[in-house]
Amino acid sequence: MSGAVPRDNRMDGVLRPDVLIIGAGPAGLAAARAALRRGASVTLLDAADSLGGQYWRHLPETRRAAREEILHHGWATYRRLVCELRDAPRCEIILGAQVWALESGRRGDGETTESTDRQDPRDGTAIASPAPSVPLTVHALIGPPDGTGRKPRTIQPRTLVLATGAHDRTLPFPGWDLPGVFTAGAAQAYAKGERVAVGRRVVVAGAGPFLLPVASSLVSTGATVLGVYEASTPRQMIRGWLSKPWQLAGAAHKSGELAGYIRGQLRHRVPYRTGYAVVAAHGEDRVAAVTVARVDAQWAPIPGTARRIEADAVCVSHGFTPRLELAIAAGCALSPDRFVVVDADQRTSVPGVFAAGEITRIGGVDAALAEGELAGHAAAGGCSADAAVVTARRSATVFTGFAARIEAAHGIQPGWTAWLTEDTIVCRCEEVTYGRFCSTLAATGGPSLRSLRMTTRAGLGVCQARVCGRTVEDLLIGEPTVGVAEVDIDHTRISLPAPVPVAVSDRRPITTPVRLAELAAMPPSPSARPSVPSARPSVPSAAPSVPSAAPSVPSAAPSVPSGSTPRRSDPTPRSPTGPSGQPATST
Amino acid sequence: MSARLLSPESDPIRPDQPQPLTLTLDGDELTGVTGQTIAGIVLAAGRLSWRRTSVRAQPRGLFCGIGVCFDCIVTVNGERDVRACQRRAQPGDVITTQHDDVPEVIE
Ligand SMILES: Cc1cc2nc3c(=O)[nH]c(=O)nc-3n(C[C@H](O)[C@H](O)[C@H](O)COP(=O)(O)OP(=O)(O)OC[C@H]3O[C@@H](n4cnc5c(N)ncnc54)[C@H](O)[C@@H]3O)c2cc1C
Ligand code: FES
Repeated sequence: MSGAVPRDNRMDGVLRPDVLIIGAGPAGLAAARAALRRGASVTLLDAADSLGGQYWRHLPETRRAAREEILHHGWATYRRLVCELRDAPRCEIILGAQVWALESGRRGDGETTESTDRQDPRDGTAIASPAPSVPLTVHALIGPPDGTGRKPRTIQPRTLVLATGAHDRTLPFPGWDLPGVFTAGAAQAYAKGERVAVGRRVVVAGAGPFLLPVASSLVSTGATVLGVYEASTPRQMIRGWLSKPWQLAGAAHKSGELAGYIRGQLRHRVPYRTGYAVVAAHGEDRVAAVTVARVDAQWAPIPGTARRIEADAVCVSHGFTPRLELAIAAGCALSPDRFVVVDADQRTSVPGVFAAGEITRIGGVDAALAEGELAGHAAAGGCSADAAVVTARRSATVFTGFAARIEAAHGIQPGWTAWLTEDTIVCRCEEVTYGRFCSTLAATGGPSLRSLRMTTRAGLGVCQARVCGRTVEDLLIGEPTVGVAEVDIDHTRISLPAPVPVAVSDRRPITTPVRLAELAAMPPSPSARPSVPSARPSVPSAAPSVPSAAPSVPSAAPSVPSGSTPRRSDPTPRSPTGPSGQPATST
Repeated sequence: MSARLLSPESDPIRPDQPQPLTLTLDGDELTGVTGQTIAGIVLAAGRLSWRRTSVRAQPRGLFCGIGVCFDCIVTVNGERDVRACQRRAQPGDVITTQHDDVPEVIE
């Protein structure tokens, strides 16, 4: 496909495209197209084995359907994007490519690249390249997910667009660790991607407009949806959605999409209740019933309103958490509410690195498409004031407001902790209960994420705190304090007022679990090796007792090399002196 | 039974007739459709859990469905710690469930 892609032109196995895009969801696809239209060579990577990201998740090539478009919004847009990318000679698409480390040169190896100026292929004029002065180096493993024989690949693009999206955030509740409790995203992914309904009699709950398409997909996959329970109260929703309604004019089709879902729910007789939350799931080895209750404006359950519903599945999502690990690895500045900070050109604080889509804000597919286009255009030397991207620029502005409305209408309220009980699991991986969490907090005498983690191991499990990280922070902090963050993008200082968390759990030295054997098999990188050798908290293979994850470690993934350390095959790294649940430190 | 694969006959998207695929889970034969993930096949066969946790030996299966939570890990043809929600099944895959005890402390 690639013909003109400047791949491996130094015969060292390193790909050197003008623009590398990580993530092939709506934002990444739009970025790739915009960069190609400016004449750049593009490499597009995604860990998944098909394009489309979360929004356009679809059946695999091996399963064709005559009318798959009825499961999607904007399917024609998706098809057009894919056709243009697949036909472009300067575009290389690599799927099944898990990016696990990224070096932005920020941590000072001092190397500089060759001249970054290049010529516009259309008219030969010089394009001022936004490339950084030190090379960006991206490391990916290509092959079946978590396979042992994946092929390492190194890419050194001139510029990088991060479009890694978001995953659901589910607040804990008693019984949420029972099989049959899923994230709403899981229900959506299996309905669209496999035509599997995760249950027969299903309750959908949480907060946000996303619950509606999930209920709709479940119905179209043959499930009975017993109800959609939205925690936000009607008042919170009205405040979010209906203040300054004229600003929503540009987003009318989006409101139409949501209204369409609500009509769809009515047609399928799916009750949609606002100001209700699932406060417990019940069952022995699987969900048999859930309790729903009315909640107040702070999301605290109102006594006397609990009701039990027999169900075999419950799908819960209270919003989204951006996938920030690569942005953090690159050194990108984050806003105090923890999204990647970008300017009007989608530039991050790191030269040559752009960001688009849900990692910059939770604004839905239209925001992702617009930002992606601006990012790809700017990464290929353009700027957001150019006539070519005028529509995207307008749309990005309209949907900035949309993201703020979603947050105002459906944002998590602090009263939810009232539905936790002593033995509610907070950290699923390490099975830390709320009771233990509270007693440790009392014993260690203050909100320190580090000491809490070291003592309870909350957030140190195999998911690397992706699931519980923000919850643990919220439980530690209580009410967030308001502060100001200062960010420097392209010599412009931006101040951002926002809540400041005292504790942050997004940092992950290895951005995704890799096996020791795979690390050991890596060819030496053309620049400095990724700065990961401390091996923690890399999972599944490395336990803290592993001296280093550098190639000197004997292979045999994923068990820890012997010696005096406990031999464990569990993927969860634990301190040898403090196995899960039994901390070395007494409390 | 709970989760299930929608039959092509009743699917409004009018899919082609799918290709069946068989794997084994702890020795039991399960049949799904080509292109499904391991988790999809196991779920649609009526099994909601396929792992026991280390500390409390609680059952776990699919949770996030998109590769984030690691609740769904299994051993596939001898390869440990494979996320069942991410790996597409291949005909004849031998899947075994995992339970890993909390390691003993060796002083
Ligand atoms: C499971 C799920 C289902 C959703 N379904 C809907 C829906 O039906 N309707 C709706 O309005 N919104 C939905 N959303 C919200 C959705 O996230 C956005 O609307 C939209 O998909 C955002 O686009 P994006 O391009 O920013 O990110 P995404 O679509 O999330 O794309 C990001 C891509 O980056 C890839 N990626 C991330 N990290 C790496 C890495 N380290 N290496 C390689 N690749 C990586 C991922 O595999 C993914 O394909 C869903 C979200 C989730 C989590
Ligand atoms: S279900 Fe979460 S990783 Fe597979």
